[in-house]
Order: sequence, then C-alpha cells, then structure tokens
Amino acid sequence: MCERAIAYADMEKDQRMTRAARIAAFLIAVLIRPVERLANFIRIIRHHHAASLSFIALLLFFAPLRLGAQSECLACHGDKTMQDSAGHSISVDGDKFSASIHGSLQCNNCHADIKEYPHPDHIAKVDCKTCHADEASKLTGSVHSSSREHPCTSCHGNAHEIFPKTDSRSAVYPLNVPKTCGQCHSDGAMATKKGLPSVYPHYMDSIHGSALSKEGLLVAANCQSCHGSHGILSHSDPKSPTYKANIPKTCGTCHARINDDYQGGMHGHAVAAGDFKAPVCTDCHTAHAILQPTESEFRTQSTPICGSCHKEKLSTYRDTFHSQLGSLGGYVETARCWDCHGAHEIYPTSDPRSPINKANLVTTCGKCHAGANVSFVQYQPHANAHDRKLNPALFYVRLFMNLLLISVLTFFVIHTVLWLIRSRFDQVRRKSPNGGNHA
Amino acid sequence: MPELEQAPAQTAIETPASGPVAPTSRFFRRFTREQRYLHAVLFTTFLGLAGTGLPLRFSESIWARGLAGAVGGFGAILFFHKFCALALTVAFLIHVKEIITRGIYRREKGIFWGATSMVANWKDVKDLFGHMRWMLGLGPKPQFERYAYWEKFDYWAVFWGMIVIGFSGYAMWLAPFFARFLPGWALNAALVIHSEEGLLAILFIFSIHFVNTHLRPDSFPMDMVIFTGVESEKEFEHKRPQEYARMVREGKLEKRLGEAPATWFVNFARVVGFAAIFIGVTLLILTLTAYFD
Repeated sequence: MCERAIAYADMEKDQRMTRAARIAAFLIAVLIRPVERLANFIRIIRHHHAASLSFIALLLFFAPLRLGAQSECLACHGDKTMQDSAGHSISVDGDKFSASIHGSLQCNNCHADIKEYPHPDHIAKVDCKTCHADEASKLTGSVHSSSREHPCTSCHGNAHEIFPKTDSRSAVYPLNVPKTCGQCHSDGAMATKKGLPSVYPHYMDSIHGSALSKEGLLVAANCQSCHGSHGILSHSDPKSPTYKANIPKTCGTCHARINDDYQGGMHGHAVAAGDFKAPVCTDCHTAHAILQPTESEFRTQSTPICGSCHKEKLSTYRDTFHSQLGSLGGYVETARCWDCHGAHEIYPTSDPRSPINKANLVTTCGKCHAGANVSFVQYQPHANAHDRKLNPALFYVRLFMNLLLISVLTFFVIHTVLWLIRSRFDQVRRKSPNGGNHA
Repeated sequence: MPELEQAPAQTAIETPASGPVAPTSRFFRRFTREQRYLHAVLFTTFLGLAGTGLPLRFSESIWARGLAGAVGGFGAILFFHKFCALALTVAFLIHVKEIITRGIYRREKGIFWGATSMVANWKDVKDLFGHMRWMLGLGPKPQFERYAYWEKFDYWAVFWGMIVIGFSGYAMWLAPFFARFLPGWALNAALVIHSEEGLLAILFIFSIHFVNTHLRPDSFPMDMVIFTGVESEKEFEHKRPQEYARMVREGKLEKRLGEAPATWFVNFARVVGFAAIFIGVTLLILTLTAYFD
C-alpha cells in the first residue's frame, strides 16, 4: 500500500513536494494516526449529533488498519492535478477542507464505501442525508427534487469547501445567494432552458438586489428570504410562501406595516376571503423586478395592472388628461390609480378613511392641484362621455362637438372634391396651365 | 380683413416711377404686412399646437410617444403647447384690438359690413349655392368679391376655434381658478371640447384649407399672396372679378398697385409654405391612422 502510494507519487514529475518529503509526510501521518483519531473522536462527540456517533465510533475502533483519515487521503488527493479515469478532478485542498465546516470529519465519514487502497471500481455518490436528514427530506418534496446534479453541492458549492451560511465564503451567505441561484435561474442557464423565466437579472436590478449587491445589506431580501431554501415549493402549492394567499405574509415578514395596511384594505379582505382575483404585493410590484414606485417605469406600468380587473374604470380614465399625459411616457406627476385611491389600504369611497371620500377630495386633489376647492373637486376623473344617464351634460357636449365635426367635414369634403373636379375640367378645357400666376 | 385703401399708401410710393408698367405684369396688394405676419404667427403656432396636442389626444397610438419624444418628451410637449398657446393668444388679442380700433374708434367703413367685410352677407349665401351649381355644371361661375364665402368660413372657423379652444384650454391650465365660477362637470367638458374642436381644426386646415386655398388648380401648388401680400393682375381678375370690377369702377385700382415680390422672398416663402404643408399633411395622416385605428 505504502509502496504503491509512493510509486504513484513518483509518476508525477511536476509536484511541489519532493518524493522524500511525500514519504516523510506519509510516515508521520501513519505514526500520529492513533493520536489524531482520539482527538477527532472527542471533537465529533462535541459537535455532532448522537445519531451518527455510533457509526463513527464503529469505524474508529473496529477498522483501525483501514483508510479514512484526512492526512492519509490527502497524501494523494492533495495533488491539485489529480483526476479520475473520466477526467474529473479528485483533488482536495487540505487547507480549505480543514477550515471548512466539515474540516473535523474524516474522509470516510462521508466516502463510506472507500475503505482501502486500491479503491473499489465503483464509488458511490456521497449521501449528505446521513447527517443532514431534515434538509434532505425537505429537498425531496421540493421543486429541486428532480435535479440530476448533486442536489446539495449545486447550491452549497464544492463539497470539501463548505462554510456556515454566516461565513462570507459560503455559497449560501446572504450576499452570495442570488449569484448561487442565478447559476441556473438566469438568461440562457439551466432553468430558462427548462422553460422557467430568467429571474436573476430582474432581481439584481430590483431594489432588493441593489440593496444587497451595492450596499451589502444583509437583511435585504434574497432568493431564500421569500422562497425558502431546502423545501422550495411551486407558487401553485398552498404551502409555498410564494402561493398567492401567502404572499402578503411573506413580504410582511419585513414590510410589517404595509402588510397591516394591506390586510385592512379591500384587496386584503378579498384575498383573505379566498378571492384570488384581488391583487397581492407581487401583482403590482412584481416578484423579482420590484421597481421604486416613484420611478417613471413603475408609474407607467401600474395603471394597466389595476385596469386588468377594473376595465371600465381604466377605459374612462384613459379619456382624461391624467391618462393622456401620463401614457406619453413616465410623466411622474400625473395621477395614476393609487395617487387618488391609495395603494395598500384601499377603502370603499363611502369609508371616511378613503382618500376619495367626499370629505377628503379637496386634500387628495390638492396634493397636485394647488388651490383645489370644493367646486374643483366636482371634476370627475372617471366621467364617461358616452353615458347619458351618468354624465348628461358631458354626453350632450360630446354629441354636439361630434356632430359639428362630422357635418363641417362632410360638407367641405364634398364641396372640395366637386370643386377640384370642376376646376380641373375647366382648366383642361381652356388649356390653361397650372398655377396661380397663370390662372 | 379690411379694404386696403389705407395701408397701401406706401405701396403707391413703392410703385415704380420709371415709366408705365405693362398691365399683365402688374401686381396688386391684397394683404397688409400685419395681416401676413398674423397669418405667419397663426400657422406657426398652429403647427406647434397640433404637433404637441395630437400626441396627447391620441396618447395610446403607436406614434404618440415617438412624436412626444421628438419634441423633447412629455414635459416639453406641455411647455411647447402652452408657449404656442400664449403666442397665439397674444396674436389673437392684437387682431381683436385692431378690429375694435378700426371699426369702432376710427369708424372705418367696410369693417363690419359691406363688400370688404368678413361678416357674411346675402351675397355669400347666393355665391355658395351658385358655386355649387357651377361645380355640377348647372350654372355660371359666381363673381366673387374681396372675400369669398369659403374664405369667410375659414376666418370665422379660426375665430370661433380660437375662442372655444382657447377658453377650454385655459380652463384646464388654470383649473382651480376657473373652478371658482364654473361647475365641476365643465372641467370634464373642457377636455372634450378642447380635443374635439382641436381635432376639427386640424382635420379642416390640413385638408380643406390646404386644398381650397393652395392646392386647387387655380392656385396650385401654393397661393403665395398670403406670404407676398401681392398677386398678379390676371390672378386678381380671375379669382375675384367682382372686386376687380368694383376697383376699376370706383377708380381705386391704381391705389392698390404693388411691387412684384423679390425672387429670394418668393423662394423663401415657398420653402416655409411647403414645409408647413408637409408638416400639416404628415400630422393629418398620423391623425387619420390613430382615429381609424
């Protein structure tokens, strides 16, 4: 065994260690093995839960002559160029591994089927659930259960370099989470090839993404703040935090007051009563691309969202100056739905808390129209000029203007066409050329 | 609008003193400098108002944003619209002041009635029907006076339009102020009136006025008289035989003699005029695409 290891080492010419140093390292490893094992045993007792202890103890005491200690394995696997027959790297960075959260474990704690050298022909994939049973069971029920990649390392990164999520080197450290998820969930990556939307770039441009990536704000929502981590469920699953009915609560984890306002308003009541046509946070703000409500882009896109249910209101709004100017592209100052109706806490007009309650109209309109008075607020932002019963004066004004337009144009179009034909006819008959100066 | 017996005092001076001019190459004044300037301000601001008003009227159409962007965006569009509106209001008020001064203070004749007035009279009604009969080949061509009935219609359409569009526009601009004495629904009506009347003006000017005044065979491709102020004797006689006959009869023809316009000025006016027609027709096409979308 020893000779073979040395022989292997010998084959490699471009190594940092000399052959003598490698032999020395191996001998030291063999000599200090019993001491090291005892120390490991104590550490494991301290840090790992009891379920796996008997297994580890068994390995330690009943297989003293077999492989398994880090130092033994690293004698070969510490070589950075080491590859298996299929060309995959099988090298392990000993320093990083010992610094990692699993650094106190021995190799065969995870690679349980490797007991001796030479290794068996077929080596099983490491199964993390031996220790991480809870996470594994959550993962099994999640949207990622069918992943063909190793489900744990896809997110946690190199198995030998896993750090606690509070460590900035960890792939699941809050500031690293979006990038980790973005490996699959961005343009052209795995998830988009499977027909899922690319969300990473949207998230990174959002207020959450920029708080996280630019300010390094640890409390800014990252992917798992809303989706969870191991047990991620489809938004169509009622247990998912991104299921429509659960979204206000999910966002309310951070945005507590807005959630309170929302729950008190008409939309909140409707959703709570099971009417999922009513909007939740993401219907207006979107889930990933969340824009600042003061941004012109948000202001331009928000109105059609309300209009997708309130169709008649949108249609009458579109007849007004508010809409005409607003739809020309982000005129920030023109009134959109929620400037008048409120956003999160929308109450019926009859409710004295509603900004469009009669008692509050002067204040509400006065936000933009300095000098708004009781007569001014008689203006109807949703007047329908086609509705004779609702807006009779407007109906007849429109009718008169339309009749005027049609009659004037009809008369003069006929008049002009006849005139053109007759003048041309005259001109040709008189053989006079075109133009005023020769008429 | 008024007869040009007063203004062309200077025209008479300008009249070439170097010998008699051949009758066929004589030019006669039709519009004063003030009237030409008024028309220039009117069509410039009208194009500005139409160009900035249409994207608002048809804000959902595909070209609205692009046109608004070309003007300088949504903010600039309102600024230019209001700027043009103010300029046109000033021009309109100057014109009204001129009418009042000449018609009421100076008691000039021919401002409010008579052959030279813009006010419609019985002859206009007869001319309208006579002209229509002629178009259908049922009668002789009417002998038009200084202002034909369609020219009077153009004038009053603009006059009425400016009052209607102006008031409704200012009512929206200064809504809280106007709300002190207007009912709430009037603010709703203001937009309907403003946009419908504006649309009528745009459709009318860019189709009917363009054709009637400039593109019809008698004037094709452009009647330069509004730019140069003068027209040839032949054109005068052909287009307004009754006025010409009256001038001859009253012996006033010579008083209206003008100078042939300078070539550079005619060319300049053509460029401006064709640019205006091009912009107008473009806006007309955009309007029609949006209206029948």
